[in-house]
Amino acid sequence: MNTAVVVFPGSNCDQDVMHAVAETLGTKVRAVWHRETALPADTDLVILPGGFSFGDYLRCGAMAARSPIMKAVAAHGKRGGLLLGICNGFQILTESELLPGALLPNRTLDFICRPCFLRVENVSNPFTANFSKGQCVQFPIAHGDGLYTLPESELKTLEERGGVVFRYCSPDGQAEDESNPNGSANNIAGIVNEGGNILGLMPHPERASDPLLGGADGRVFWRSLFDAYRKGGR
Amino acid sequence: MDFRKAGLRETEYEEIKRVLGREPNECELRIMGVMWSEHCSYKSTKHLLKLFPNEGERVVLGPGENAGIVDLGEGLGAAFKVESHNHPSAVAPYQGAATGVGGIIRDILALGARPVASLDGLFFGDPERARTRTLASGIVHGVGGYGNAVGVPTVGGKTVYDPCYNENPLLNAFCIGLIPLDEIVSSRTARPGQAVVLLGSKTGRDGIAGAAFASVELSEDNKASRPSIQIGDPFAEKLLIEACLEMKEKKLIVSMQDMGAAGIISSSSEVAAKSGVGMILHFDKVPLRAENMEPWEIALSESQERMLLIVDRPRLSEVMKIAEKWELDCAEFGETVEGDEYTILFHGERAASLPATLIGDRCPQIHWPSRRPADLEARWTFDVEDIPLPQDWNEALLSLLSSPSLASKESIYEHYDSMVQLNTVVGPGHPVNMLRIKGRDSLIAMTLDADPWKCSLDPFRGGAETVARSVRDLAVSGARAAGLTDCLNFPSPEVPEQYWVLEECVKGMAEACAAFNCPVVSGNVSLYNESPEGAILPTPVVGTVGIVPSTDATLSSGSWEEGDVLFLVGPCNPSLGGSRYLLSQGRLEGRPLPFSPEAEKDFVERALKTASSKAAHSGRAISGGGLAAALAKESMESGVGAAAAVPVPTRKDVFLFGEGGARALYAVPMSRVPLFKTLWSGYPCIPVGRAGGDSLSVEGAFSLPVAKLLTKWRGR
Repeated sequence: MNTAVVVFPGSNCDQDVMHAVAETLGTKVRAVWHRETALPADTDLVILPGGFSFGDYLRCGAMAARSPIMKAVAAHGKRGGLLLGICNGFQILTESELLPGALLPNRTLDFICRPCFLRVENVSNPFTANFSKGQCVQFPIAHGDGLYTLPESELKTLEERGGVVFRYCSPDGQAEDESNPNGSANNIAGIVNEGGNILGLMPHPERASDPLLGGADGRVFWRSLFDAYRKGGR
Repeated sequence: MDFRKAGLRETEYEEIKRVLGREPNECELRIMGVMWSEHCSYKSTKHLLKLFPNEGERVVLGPGENAGIVDLGEGLGAAFKVESHNHPSAVAPYQGAATGVGGIIRDILALGARPVASLDGLFFGDPERARTRTLASGIVHGVGGYGNAVGVPTVGGKTVYDPCYNENPLLNAFCIGLIPLDEIVSSRTARPGQAVVLLGSKTGRDGIAGAAFASVELSEDNKASRPSIQIGDPFAEKLLIEACLEMKEKKLIVSMQDMGAAGIISSSSEVAAKSGVGMILHFDKVPLRAENMEPWEIALSESQERMLLIVDRPRLSEVMKIAEKWELDCAEFGETVEGDEYTILFHGERAASLPATLIGDRCPQIHWPSRRPADLEARWTFDVEDIPLPQDWNEALLSLLSSPSLASKESIYEHYDSMVQLNTVVGPGHPVNMLRIKGRDSLIAMTLDADPWKCSLDPFRGGAETVARSVRDLAVSGARAAGLTDCLNFPSPEVPEQYWVLEECVKGMAEACAAFNCPVVSGNVSLYNESPEGAILPTPVVGTVGIVPSTDATLSSGSWEEGDVLFLVGPCNPSLGGSRYLLSQGRLEGRPLPFSPEAEKDFVERALKTASSKAAHSGRAISGGGLAAALAKESMESGVGAAAAVPVPTRKDVFLFGEGGARALYAVPMSRVPLFKTLWSGYPCIPVGRAGGDSLSVEGAFSLPVAKLLTKWRGR
């Protein structure tokens, strides 16, 4: 499985996600500068990393969504290729309309960094196939604009088709308001497109990929992708 | 122009005239006024700083460079420094704090190191005051807003509240970076005939003469000095970091210097003086963002996110190409020449011409008169018998835990990205923060410490205690201190009593550094921290860095297990003088314990062995709040209670709340008790209780559910 991590000016989790993927899977991971117009030919998985692309000026992810590389990224996703956006990468995916909805400032209006519990709601996609449905995992969050929102009717459609993959929850798996760190609709932390190949999430699986740093649930996430790929998924 | 208006003293002006053999012109006068300000010249403290030991087996680079470097082994170094941004943070809290973080990151970058973590030292006034809340909120958001975006995690820090900081809050920013020892970039390596290059943001009128502003007391008058405040752009800094490191990788940089205080003039004249070359600079080639800037404004602008590079001409095009990739302005605006002459040309006209070595090095030092405060002894002679035992012990403990300086700082640090870069093994909320080094087993440990109260009661003892507690914290966690960086935050040195306190603090710190063999490798001085409301307490801050040889050799805090035996190591007769307990009753009095080098060294060796031999589940050096606070914090973090007693005839409040001396609280599993006792045999060591249950109790004193402690401590 060949992974390409797109680097925008201001990305700051690009090296982290490259490290986590390479350490967990031992596969090839390459950085691709945002001004490129094509992905390496043999790319299987594209990751839009976290950080502050273009300083989060204007609106988080808005400028990155218009970077030259994004045409190739969108084409990869539309072809059914694996595409993952983490944190700022998720914001770029919604700004690019590759995923529905938008990410607004947290309801406290403050940046929040802390470990979060997430309930895995959908395991019939390559990103979470190795988890069990309803499983509670821990990934940290670190964002100022993570309040996921979309119009009521679309939210209903998203829920009905099982598009919600991760939901913020309490340590015992209850998705109540108290465990919603940013005010996201229905405690949504991550969603997948209808094709099941484009996933965006605010929490950082790469920060939960080493027991030394406080957690390894992220490894299951990377392993899922790898196993799905090996089964000839995409 | 009158030299006084430029901020110069008469003797200084005379010295400049003597060296030049003529009257300086206005541009030169303004330049010298800023460069010879306290902030840039250290003229009041240079001779004091010489008291600090700065050599040691691990020291690669000591004071005088952008930051100090200690050897981490196997060819890798850690570059670190702490710096104040107090005056700007008092006037424009968000931007002042943000640019403080940005500035220290560039100091680390200037050595060619990748900045890997920050710590923040925050000193706020009375939290009940609306003004404090405004300042604190601005400063905290500034630290986070900059650090989060630039991608350097803020992994810890120190937050202190005291009314002395009401109008003069302090922001001390610490940064640490990693660098292969054979790749260190120096500011001493320029040779004649090389290009002087400005990389990064355009130069504007922001922050002109900020260094001079930081060298006088805050007054209603200069609070209107908003043009002196710099504006931070973390996005530009992130690009600058990546561009500089890419240039360094390709060996394109001969010499580098960040632009902080006094901008272009300070950075370029420093490189010239240290390298022993002259410079000719063409100020009309500096990319500007304001119109009609005069040469002195360009010289002194403190526009952020700029670096000065010295580049061999044949490699200029490669430098330009990397700058273009990162979309940064990059301009060659001068050259290095033989000799010592530093010349500024503006559209062909000579705007200034000064000896490079005069600008930064030769400011006449000032030895302010020093006088021991007359009321010092009076504050020591308090009688412990005058202090009534608490009527309600539970209330005493709860009010101590919820006192602002001891209460949980979660509501601050959760706004900081503490994890980016994937190295944070122990993040905020712990006495020591630890980073891994990817591909190695060893860890870097660091801690930021200060005790302004003890420093005010007995500056020598307080200074020593400040260093000692940081070294003890590291040792208990398993790290041997390798070096430290200090920030001396003090009021005006022109008041003899205040100068005496500064001197004594430095002497105390120096003695402790020498005893621990922990050299001072970098630092910063911030004087004139006073406002019409009064002066701040003496506030030396230390950032101490240590090394843990392997992840196996660490001992965590807050990891009690049911049934663990709790041991107190260290003397049983601490002092209530300057303790948090007395302070929480509004009493700043008494005398802190003296520093005992032999006991301290003995403690460190035993603590290191305790960690590496896994003789305990958990350990915490005892500092603010005494044994009671240590018990409570360990218990809350572990989620396990304890039943303890006071097994000695010491007064119960002194035993539980007293501070000072090399002491720690350990939780030892029953099976390791014999090993633990052997390790501490010959050092005071007594069992004080057992961990277990849901409540923390000390016989004859308090008894409280752990959940209740947590609620009070977290204040939410």
